[in-house]
Amino acid sequence: MSTKMVLLVGTRKGCFILESDQDRSDWKIRGPYCDGWPIYNTTYDEAGGTIYASAASEWHGAGVWRSADLGETWDLSSEGLSYSDDGELKLSKVAGLTAAHGRLLAGAEAAGVFESTDGGANWTLLSTLDGLNGRDDWNNPANQPPGHLGIPAIVPHPDDRDRYFAIVQGFGAFETTDNGGSWMPRNSGLRADWPREYDDVGFCVHKLVMSPDRSRMYQQNHCGMHRSDDGGQSWTEITDGLPSDFGFAAAAHPHDRDSFYVIPLDPAHSRCMPDGHASVWRTSDAGSTWRRLDKGLPTQNAHLGVLREGMDIDALDTPGLYFGTSTGQVFVSADEGESWDEVASYLPGIASVQVLQVA
Amino acid sequence: MADIHLPVTLPSLYADLPRRLDVDASTVDEAITRLDQQWPGLRDRLCEPGPALRRHINVYVDRERAGLDTAIDARSRVDVIAAISGG
Repeated sequence: MSTKMVLLVGTRKGCFILESDQDRSDWKIRGPYCDGWPIYNTTYDEAGGTIYASAASEWHGAGVWRSADLGETWDLSSEGLSYSDDGELKLSKVAGLTAAHGRLLAGAEAAGVFESTDGGANWTLLSTLDGLNGRDDWNNPANQPPGHLGIPAIVPHPDDRDRYFAIVQGFGAFETTDNGGSWMPRNSGLRADWPREYDDVGFCVHKLVMSPDRSRMYQQNHCGMHRSDDGGQSWTEITDGLPSDFGFAAAAHPHDRDSFYVIPLDPAHSRCMPDGHASVWRTSDAGSTWRRLDKGLPTQNAHLGVLREGMDIDALDTPGLYFGTSTGQVFVSADEGESWDEVASYLPGIASVQVLQVA
Repeated sequence: MADIHLPVTLPSLYADLPRRLDVDASTVDEAITRLDQQWPGLRDRLCEPGPALRRHINVYVDRERAGLDTAIDARSRVDVIAAISGG
């Protein structure tokens, strides 16, 4: 079967689409799409063949763009993407977005989870994580950084529709097993370099990924890289051997539970790759050791940042790895990160990269 | 009918929505409702719950800054502006 590789690139100025055959060596760029709206994340509903992109315009509010023809045409809906008129919560953007089990889940700012069961035409509020420790704090604007994302990611469980994780920016990861009816903090063993009011909340989870056997998970945290062997119930730090304990993006190998990729960044103001040396780092032994992957990447004067949804990995036999930078470059590796090519150089700042394998 | 002028960011979102159109309404709010009836979802692009105009959407009636409850009539010019909002 002939397979096309499609890369969805969400930027500050719309969504771009890169296409290649399975060799992943020759990429054509299309876009911008979504009318140039800032895009925070994308997802793909394989059954319906539809692309979705979460977006928020400073002028016209938040919504989800969708395209049923791989980006040729798009429409926007925000029907139901709002909170009640009582003013407790105000929806400024949709960030986290995932398609799984025949529906879409969206994470919003202020923090809430919305669902669409009709292909993104209409949305229903599932949960605002009521009653959890820390909820008043994360909904307090005084505690929110510029560009606050609320719930920047929702991580579905592949086998269970009602079970998924939501990341609350700056406060941690929470898991529901009853479709948002109740939530459990999943932050045990994480590190936070600041005072916290609660034992189980107050951890800055940047990215959460699941390995193929479900129980093995990894995360990039504000404070270190971490591994879980029990489906997120507890975490062990695996930062040793990396040039920094900070970063945003992460990817789990689709066929090897012990392999995990991160892009360490300077944790101070720059939040760029240390020493201007662009690198992806891989562990092949669940975090015991790390190896720098930089063949083909710029190793001098390359002050590149990559955001939390800025890296993805495909599921081919020899997986390809992809990342996009906050200064508009896209790098592709067709050999599990061993070597890299720059396939786009002048896109707007990139927030998200997602690879699709389309028949 | 009031003479409505829309920002350049809106027509591309809806089929056949012009930049300039005539609307029969007695307030800004009613004019937006009329537009939303013909182009569903348009109200959400201009207003947030409350209801209130979005933070960076400014409306002027006959060159005076207006709100949703500002009265308009058949001679009114209504300018809907996407205010300067970053680069």
